[in-house]
Amino acid sequence: MYTRRFAVAIAVVLGATVAFAQAPNLGKPISPADIAGWDINVLPDGSGLPPGSGTPSEGARIYAAKCSACHGPEGKGGVNARLVGGEPIKTIEGEKTIANFWPFSTTLFDYIRRAMPWTKPRSLTNEEVYALTAYIFSLNKLIGESDTMNAQTLPKVRMPNRDGFIVRFPDRTP
Amino acid sequence: MTRTPSDRAKQKLKNLEAVAGNGLLHRRLFLRGGAALAGAITGYALVPSAPAQQLADDEWSLVPGVTVPDYGTRSRFEKNVVRTLSNPKGEPRTQHARTPHHLLNGTFTPNSLHFVISHAGDPDIDPDKHRLVIHGLVKQPLVFTLDALARYPMVSRMAFVECGGNSAPLFSLEPIQASVQALHGLVSCAEWTGVPLSSLLDEAGVDPKAKWIVAEGGDPPHVSRSVPLTKAMDDAMIALYQNGERIMPGNGYPMRLLLPGWEGNMNTKWVRRIQVTDQPGMTFYEARTYAPVLPGGKAYRFYFLQEVKSFITHPSPGLAMKGPGFYEISGIAYSGNGRIAKVMVSADGGKTWAQAELQQPVHSKAFTRFRLAWRWDGSPAVLQSRAWDETGYQQPTRAQLVAARGETTKVPALNGFPSQHYNAITSWSIERGGEVKHVYA
Repeated sequence: MYTRRFAVAIAVVLGATVAFAQAPNLGKPISPADIAGWDINVLPDGSGLPPGSGTPSEGARIYAAKCSACHGPEGKGGVNARLVGGEPIKTIEGEKTIANFWPFSTTLFDYIRRAMPWTKPRSLTNEEVYALTAYIFSLNKLIGESDTMNAQTLPKVRMPNRDGFIVRFPDRTP
Repeated sequence: MTRTPSDRAKQKLKNLEAVAGNGLLHRRLFLRGGAALAGAITGYALVPSAPAQQLADDEWSLVPGVTVPDYGTRSRFEKNVVRTLSNPKGEPRTQHARTPHHLLNGTFTPNSLHFVISHAGDPDIDPDKHRLVIHGLVKQPLVFTLDALARYPMVSRMAFVECGGNSAPLFSLEPIQASVQALHGLVSCAEWTGVPLSSLLDEAGVDPKAKWIVAEGGDPPHVSRSVPLTKAMDDAMIALYQNGERIMPGNGYPMRLLLPGWEGNMNTKWVRRIQVTDQPGMTFYEARTYAPVLPGGKAYRFYFLQEVKSFITHPSPGLAMKGPGFYEISGIAYSGNGRIAKVMVSADGGKTWAQAELQQPVHSKAFTRFRLAWRWDGSPAVLQSRAWDETGYQQPTRAQLVAARGETTKVPALNGFPSQHYNAITSWSIERGGEVKHVYA
């Protein structure tokens, strides 16, 4: 019994020594709860979408207060990009819009949540981001005027240019 | 009769003369014969032949100089060497600061002149409060302080960083008259020092299902990009130093992701978080911005590599020729695939070519300076450079690139990005009076 316990102790010491020799191991473990405040990526399959929901009419009110100064009334464009409409792209310099170019619905939620409003990023609640996403999709007739956006419905919004791409990686990039 | 060394030198020089059209000289002219011989065969002395003046001590050599500063700044005579700013008042849109390649030489870009693109200004990050988190498909999510990272085994390497939109004005259907700074100023090169990202990912323990990482900055838009795990585990680095000092605020202080040879926007500045995932994030910048549209309306997705490119910096628009005679043609070549193998230079718009001398050592995925002696006879000439990398990839002509990637239907704004990843040949026309113009040839 003594011998066995001694052998285990030796193994633990050796294991620790080997690990220390391989890497400094100076990263500190952090729990998902502690990462949550930064954990804002939304992937195309919808993973990362938070609880909550929003509708186009709720989004319209938030948009008028926090977005229209730059993007114009009803997303028609101002000092910054328009968020509604867009002719099919025919030339290399054609204007890329949400409706004519963006391939995944999740990108809009992800980008509003991390970057908007430009002067006060990360100030919107998840409910507000869902509502703004719903409003912009509704303006573009990608969802109905009373459709709700949430973690289940949002990833299912089919973007018109979903298949408009030629993937260079990994096929064409060394 | 025996041949004297002088005869032999003359014979050698005859062989060296004009290896390609419009007066391009052999690349080893200087190494073999020295500047005096170069002057002899070009018929143009390197030292201006003004009447000799009697020398007297200059005023600055007769009084004590200024006190040595604690952080050096350049001579007051160099104040014109600056980046150009696309948005100097910081209006609510992206800011670009372009490197003045025509006013620099060598292969490093000074830190104060390294190009910067900031989507909402440069954040004022307190290094003691900054954190880097690695989480997602890992055994153990980890958080690193700058102090902790500074204790890891580090590596240093030369690497260029280039915006995917650099050189985009050359997609214009007509050549835009602008300097090399305006056309090609969104690429720079530095020595970066930091911790291999693979060390940190290994420490967190990457799940076998993982295929990508999504890196995010601590800047106001929290810019995020997806990077294949293969690249993250290859030569990616969490860089802490730029040319020996801490990274400049505009380049990611206190830490950035460095992906040698890959599109600038992916080299996440101010990096604060890396999520290991089984799929790309399809973030704003990869789903929309850096997806160049092709003729016909389809677009490339994941155009990560900055392929082989070269351009002549001396002479170039804004640097007028000062009369016929001897000049050194010089420029920059680089490839995201590895080392530059060869650079050819033409002075007759691509009809004939001469091989340029490459400044040694040639670093992988970094600037290589090329040089070639030239005797300009004062008549019109069109200068071009063309580079090959060690994988055999040849820099395309503009006609080849445009055939595959298209050109604009009208002249775009100089600061706009009508498309991305232009790596074809640039042509400078030398006019009879010595003015240098941008042309397509």
